[in-house]
Amino acid sequence: MSTATKSKELTKQEALFEYLVRLADDRLILGHRLSEWCGHGPILEEDIALANIALDYIGHAANLYEYAVEVEGEGRHRDDLVYFRNDVEYKNLKITELPRGDFGFTIARQFLFSSYSYYLYQLLSDVKDEQFRGMVEKHFKEVKYHLRHSREWVLRLGDGTEESHKRIQDAFNDIWTYIGELFHQDEVDEFLQDKNLAANTASFKSDWKDLVSDTLEEATLDVPDFDQFMVEGSRQGLHTEHLGHLLAEMQHLRRSYPDGNWQ
Amino acid sequence: MSKENGNKSEDTQWPLWEVFTQPRDGKPHEHAGSLHAPDAEKALENARDVYTRRKEAVNIWVVPSDQIVASKGEDEGPFFDPADDKPYRHPQFYSVPRVSKRRS
Repeated sequence: MSTATKSKELTKQEALFEYLVRLADDRLILGHRLSEWCGHGPILEEDIALANIALDYIGHAANLYEYAVEVEGEGRHRDDLVYFRNDVEYKNLKITELPRGDFGFTIARQFLFSSYSYYLYQLLSDVKDEQFRGMVEKHFKEVKYHLRHSREWVLRLGDGTEESHKRIQDAFNDIWTYIGELFHQDEVDEFLQDKNLAANTASFKSDWKDLVSDTLEEATLDVPDFDQFMVEGSRQGLHTEHLGHLLAEMQHLRRSYPDGNWQ
Repeated sequence: MSKENGNKSEDTQWPLWEVFTQPRDGKPHEHAGSLHAPDAEKALENARDVYTRRKEAVNIWVVPSDQIVASKGEDEGPFFDPADDKPYRHPQFYSVPRVSKRRS
């Protein structure tokens, strides 16, 4: 199922499939995590906002998976990728699978991921693949809103009460070790970058760091050390123990009744 | 609004805002509803998420509810009842030239 192996030469088809699935996995898993807030938001309005954003991610993932199976050309359905892969076959970044935590943790993650996605989508808007580019342009508008929503919350929680300041600071401290992977690139990325089919994340790393640092400073928060120890391995299928539990909940119905439908 | 202002009671919720959405360019903003928000920026974002999810608007206004000046119940008689017996104020009493009818 996984196509990225170092032992053989990548084809364009394999690399693009893998790249699309990675992007989709990030958004599906984060969308699922965020959807856990539905009915549990701190206030009604924010409950709706988080559920909206969760649905945006699921929508982005659905489009990306659909294109991935089309590129693969083996007649699979996008649901096959979602419901019938195990945790080691998922390629999402670990930052997306961590439990939702408190509202501060959710906002810290949303801000880090949304700001990263903002720069990523800026570059992906130029890929030399019409269908891919079309999707990206559509999703980018939502990504811009996700960044605005989360950034404004970081400012308010950081520069809010003693309690909100402590919680969002703790959240950034705890999540920091997972941000290094956002910029990890391997042969799939490099292969596609040569063909203008993928974004070179290294090119916006310093802009991203500036945005994150400026926002945290404006929010009166301490910026953790960008050079501290960072976890890795997500793109090779290495995950935290949390992903298996998430997949169990997400997949069990479909796996129990593979041919079930709504009738 | 039943209460004068959300801030005055023991209510710990954020201030109340009224939301007005403009359905299309050139159309007037219409009252969509209300919501709670800590400040103007979050009121705009909440309005976007609560009231414009189904393409209802191209523009949003948010106004603190306590900034709206409303007529009171006792104003009803002197304000509105005098119009009861003045149907001639409706434009159908005037014949409109056909040219301008077609244009409208």
